[in-house]
Amino acid sequence: MSVDTRQRKAERIRHLLETEGDSVHKNTQVFNNGRYESTADLEDYEELKDEARAIKEDAIERLPELVNQVTETVEANGGTVYIADDAADANRYVTEVADGRDVVKSKSMTSEEIEVNESLEASGSDVWETDLAEFVLQVADEAPSHIVAPAIHKSREEIAELFNAYFEPEKPLETAQELTQFAREYLGEKFVDAEVGMTGANFVTADTGTLALVTSEGNARKCVQATDTHVAVAGVEKIIPRVEDLQPFVELIGRSGTGQDITSYVSLFTPPGDSPTFDVDDELGSGDEREFHLVLIDNGRMEMREDDQLRETLYCIRCSACANSCANFQHVGGHAFGGETYSGGIATGWEAGVHGADSAAEFNDLCTGCSRCVNQCPVNIDIPWINTVVRDRINRGKDGDLDFLVKGLTPDEEPGGVDLQKRLFGNFDTLAKLGSAFAPLSNWVAQAGPARSLMERTLGVDSRRELPEFERESLVEWFKNRGPQVDPEEARRQVALYPDAYTNYVRTERGKAAIRVLEALDVRVDVPSAGESGRAPLSQGMVATAQSNAEDVYDALAPAVAAGHDVVVVEPSDLAMFHREYERLLPEDNYTALKNHSYEILEYVYGLLENGADINALPDGDDMQIAYHSHCQQRTLNLEPYTLAVLEDCGFDVRTSDVECCGMAGSFGYKSEYYELSIDVGETLVDQFTTENTADRTVVASGTSCLEQLDALLTRRPAHPVRLLDT
Amino acid sequence: MSAEPITTFESSLEEVGVELVRTSTDQFESTLIPLLSTPAVGAPLPFENVSLPDAVETDPGVEELEAAKTGVTAAGYGIAEYGSVIIQGGPDGEEPASLYADEHVAVVAGSDVLPDMDATFDRLAEDIRSDAGQAIIATGPSATADMGALVKGAHGPVEVTVVLLEDR
Ligand code: SF4
Repeated sequence: MSVDTRQRKAERIRHLLETEGDSVHKNTQVFNNGRYESTADLEDYEELKDEARAIKEDAIERLPELVNQVTETVEANGGTVYIADDAADANRYVTEVADGRDVVKSKSMTSEEIEVNESLEASGSDVWETDLAEFVLQVADEAPSHIVAPAIHKSREEIAELFNAYFEPEKPLETAQELTQFAREYLGEKFVDAEVGMTGANFVTADTGTLALVTSEGNARKCVQATDTHVAVAGVEKIIPRVEDLQPFVELIGRSGTGQDITSYVSLFTPPGDSPTFDVDDELGSGDEREFHLVLIDNGRMEMREDDQLRETLYCIRCSACANSCANFQHVGGHAFGGETYSGGIATGWEAGVHGADSAAEFNDLCTGCSRCVNQCPVNIDIPWINTVVRDRINRGKDGDLDFLVKGLTPDEEPGGVDLQKRLFGNFDTLAKLGSAFAPLSNWVAQAGPARSLMERTLGVDSRRELPEFERESLVEWFKNRGPQVDPEEARRQVALYPDAYTNYVRTERGKAAIRVLEALDVRVDVPSAGESGRAPLSQGMVATAQSNAEDVYDALAPAVAAGHDVVVVEPSDLAMFHREYERLLPEDNYTALKNHSYEILEYVYGLLENGADINALPDGDDMQIAYHSHCQQRTLNLEPYTLAVLEDCGFDVRTSDVECCGMAGSFGYKSEYYELSIDVGETLVDQFTTENTADRTVVASGTSCLEQLDALLTRRPAHPVRLLDT
Repeated sequence: MSAEPITTFESSLEEVGVELVRTSTDQFESTLIPLLSTPAVGAPLPFENVSLPDAVETDPGVEELEAAKTGVTAAGYGIAEYGSVIIQGGPDGEEPASLYADEHVAVVAGSDVLPDMDATFDRLAEDIRSDAGQAIIATGPSATADMGALVKGAHGPVEVTVVLLEDR
């Protein structure tokens, strides 16, 4: 990426942070909190997600068969089905059906994807968006910034200003109530005049030809009732086998999206419907003659189905949880974190599939792989993985396949086209090794003005960030000189402490603290020389390098695992590699063995204490006031409670943050194009640690990135929680 | 039907801002009349010996529909766990009557209050397979947050009341 491109990107993000950030943040926050609350009340949440996932897997597997089935059913019901290969094909069909008549539409992202409004208008139809948010955007001539709440970037004041300027009402509109009432009345006339009603469909059941529409405003119902031609536009992936299959989705979709247990209306239409419709003479006439057209859109989906990496995208029910739970999205919104049509975490998969890699490339780097969305997705899609895969393909400059995963090419075979910046961060291990070997000289040189400006220009490393300072003596070297301190015969357990690159070369003090704490609890510790986990290259989309790193790490740790020892990890993002991504990078047996024997440091301490280790061997917290920020990936693995419990059991008084991510996210915060967004995200965390109740607390955080971010933004110096337990 | 789903139904309805009014076949008309604001529209009720008072227009034109303050229709069943009612729209005009008026009054038989989504979908599937063209799972009034704050009453009703026929 050139300096100019980086600058343009940074400027665009800055602009959106200023103009749309506040509205997006406020609204996504409501959805995000709502989802946590609403899903917590759902007893069988996990089972419902598994059920939903299984239904989608089966449906996509049998898609061609289901397309045939739904065609037969809809036709037997008296409707028509059209399978459109692409957007142009769909638009041609829809405009033919509309034939210049006026159209009222309910919200449909798929109709945005094919840009049907433009085609309809060009053929002489008046088209009205009747979903109030879409209506606002139609008036403003803007694109959606969120897949469920498309005008989420607009405040009430902005909408009032827009309406007052555009419609010039007698009395200026001000409150949300007034704006809603005005729009309802304005669109009320459009419903009466229109002859064609267009809807999307959240689901289509193959057995009965039923459309399920999840809405709140009632406009979709009116689009169907008030017109005599109903056109439903849906991606082919929306088909599920049976009506009964709707149940888990109906229970999950509102909760996952806007955080409502259920939205006001879940409409199940089995068209053509026979509700009375509006006649020309303003009477309610028979609806028996209503026409129905189901337009099923391929537009790349059948190819996604054949693509082992992108297929999961088709399970997506477009609930928006992956946008709402994403710290970057919360701060900048879908106008930056989105492509031609879709926005949020999964948009990378959709854009790559329906519009191509270029559209995905625009925003794909905004996914930092923090993984907060993973447990939120109602169909258990590994959204960060899709982002990684697409990033890898973009790096390769073509829609490459991932054959190399199987063939196991070496890291040196990353294609020449990989951006220098990505290469730099992807090879952090090498960098750290060199930095450590030449420390402190390397630190002085790196921090010096000329070096920093060179780095900014050539590598896009923002000069406003402090660089990590490498230690001359690595943790592995220190340990080699010092040796283990607990006799294996007397040890409670034996542990291999994994020296992740940061703990090994940069923050060795937390590694030493971890070792001493374990030893205080009668654990024999060894520190094998193992390299970087693959997290760094993976986050740059350098999958082949990540895989090669993973294999090396496995080889280094395998003897300890084979001997029945446990592997303890200080850096949560590396433990997350072992537990999540290694499943895709290592042979299954190796993955399982490492996963089952590896623990986060305080999770392990918790386990030791639960199994008889003496808590008196650890220091007494004596009510010391602590503010603790867990790490995003640590929270996805549900490991935050262990740190909290250990600290509290030791007598510390702990407050925790509840932001999704610190904003630093490995290399993300160093990149000059994203520096300001990273700071913006970090400020939200800082706000939580500078309240009356937290401002004087000692700050601890589990992740290296979080520590760097907090260090940059707070005047207090943060540390890893294990250091509180080190005497 | 045991009292339990009804109690749950009532508290779920309350959570979504809907009042439950209990009545019986005999008392239906006297219960309904104070709930009506005129002009009122509606669709004929399917319950034996239960009918709408004359004040309710069951064959409205477009203007009457849009001017209506109250719309009375039957609801096929209720879902106790969610406080939802299922509006089955057909040629009698349940859909427009429940959608355009400011307030929707949904009449449900006590025995049609189902405990949860599982039971509901069993029944929905059966109905849809035997040709019910339309079933709306309606929960509370229509709503929107699109204008910068939560507003009750978007394109549909601002208020919903459920009248429960306890002896049916
Ligand atoms: S990927 Fe999952 S969380 Fe994201 S929109 Fe799709 S279904 Fe929802």
